[in-house]
Amino acid sequence: MIEGPRRWCFLAAIGFAVVAAAQAGEIPASDRRTDYQLMSPELRQMQDDDTVNPGMLWVLDGEALWERKEGSQGKSCADCHGGAAASMKGVAARYPTIDPKLGQPIDLEGRINACRTVHQGAPPLDFESKELLALTVYVARQSKGLPIDIPDNPATARFVDAGRSIFERRQGQLNLSCAQCHDDNWGQKLAGATIPQGHPNGYPVYRLEWQSLGSLQRRLRNCLFGMRAEPYAYGASEMTELELFLAWRARGLAIETPAVRP
Amino acid sequence: MTRALINVPAKAKRGDIIEIKTLISHPMESGYRVGTNGQMIPRDIIHRFVCTYNGDEVFRAELSPAIAANPFISFFTVATESGSIAFEWAGDNGFAASERADITIE
Repeated sequence: MIEGPRRWCFLAAIGFAVVAAAQAGEIPASDRRTDYQLMSPELRQMQDDDTVNPGMLWVLDGEALWERKEGSQGKSCADCHGGAAASMKGVAARYPTIDPKLGQPIDLEGRINACRTVHQGAPPLDFESKELLALTVYVARQSKGLPIDIPDNPATARFVDAGRSIFERRQGQLNLSCAQCHDDNWGQKLAGATIPQGHPNGYPVYRLEWQSLGSLQRRLRNCLFGMRAEPYAYGASEMTELELFLAWRARGLAIETPAVRP
Repeated sequence: MTRALINVPAKAKRGDIIEIKTLISHPMESGYRVGTNGQMIPRDIIHRFVCTYNGDEVFRAELSPAIAANPFISFFTVATESGSIAFEWAGDNGFAASERADITIE
């Protein structure tokens, strides 16, 4: 048992630690910044110029797929939705969203595959397939420049909380949580690289390391692998919960799809 | 589906130095990687790129396995006369792609 002044010192130290832990956590809106701002001028230029950004190659593919008739119903996306420029504007800024029928969050890839199976009578596309990436990036691009807007309601909050608990859970052989890097130490260095805040506003992104476009789920699996944790499977409920939490955490940031990242 | 993005200024003054940018979708598989089945993945690269301006060759590049996927090539030429600028890529497994863009000289 610690007695006297030392005891008060000890309690004060605990109190300070609790306050510090409560302050870590969500990044306030004024400090929230896209990973774009950490990139070199050359990479920013690559992202900004539509004739240089390799992600635009997938956008062109997506534009063609939007018009292609698919499945037993012989319908294209355009047959129901019309021109994507009008009908898909702002959609990616609201995703992942809670699907009323499933009662669970669903991301853009999930929605496109649900549309294919239910309305087009076509088999779902594989995760990370060229076609699914092309359609996703084409739809998401229609929201470029619009702020991420995840609604504040109890149905959403339940899954945001589930995603937050995954984000803050220590896992893997390195015993790390996502929050330890991306909430507590963003802006610091991890070896030569600056730790980003980890926002999902540019996905699907063209990542130079992949030499390809890739989804947010691929990036999350990549991070989990780096933590030496077992990555969640593509399409797992943990994935969509984490994606929803990340979108909620990035509210207000503009969509940059297709972003370029190192 | 091979996709290419070309950026050529639509208009230029005679004698101007213009920048031309090209981007093409291609895996540029080096031939030095091993697949998940343990077998070598065969080489599949673009090995030649040629740009002609009204039929005259103005730029040529030889590409090698060390070049990343979706090669981006940018270069300069002098705007001489109105006409078309043509681009051709050729590679392994009979890969061939071509694009063209028109330019007006004022």
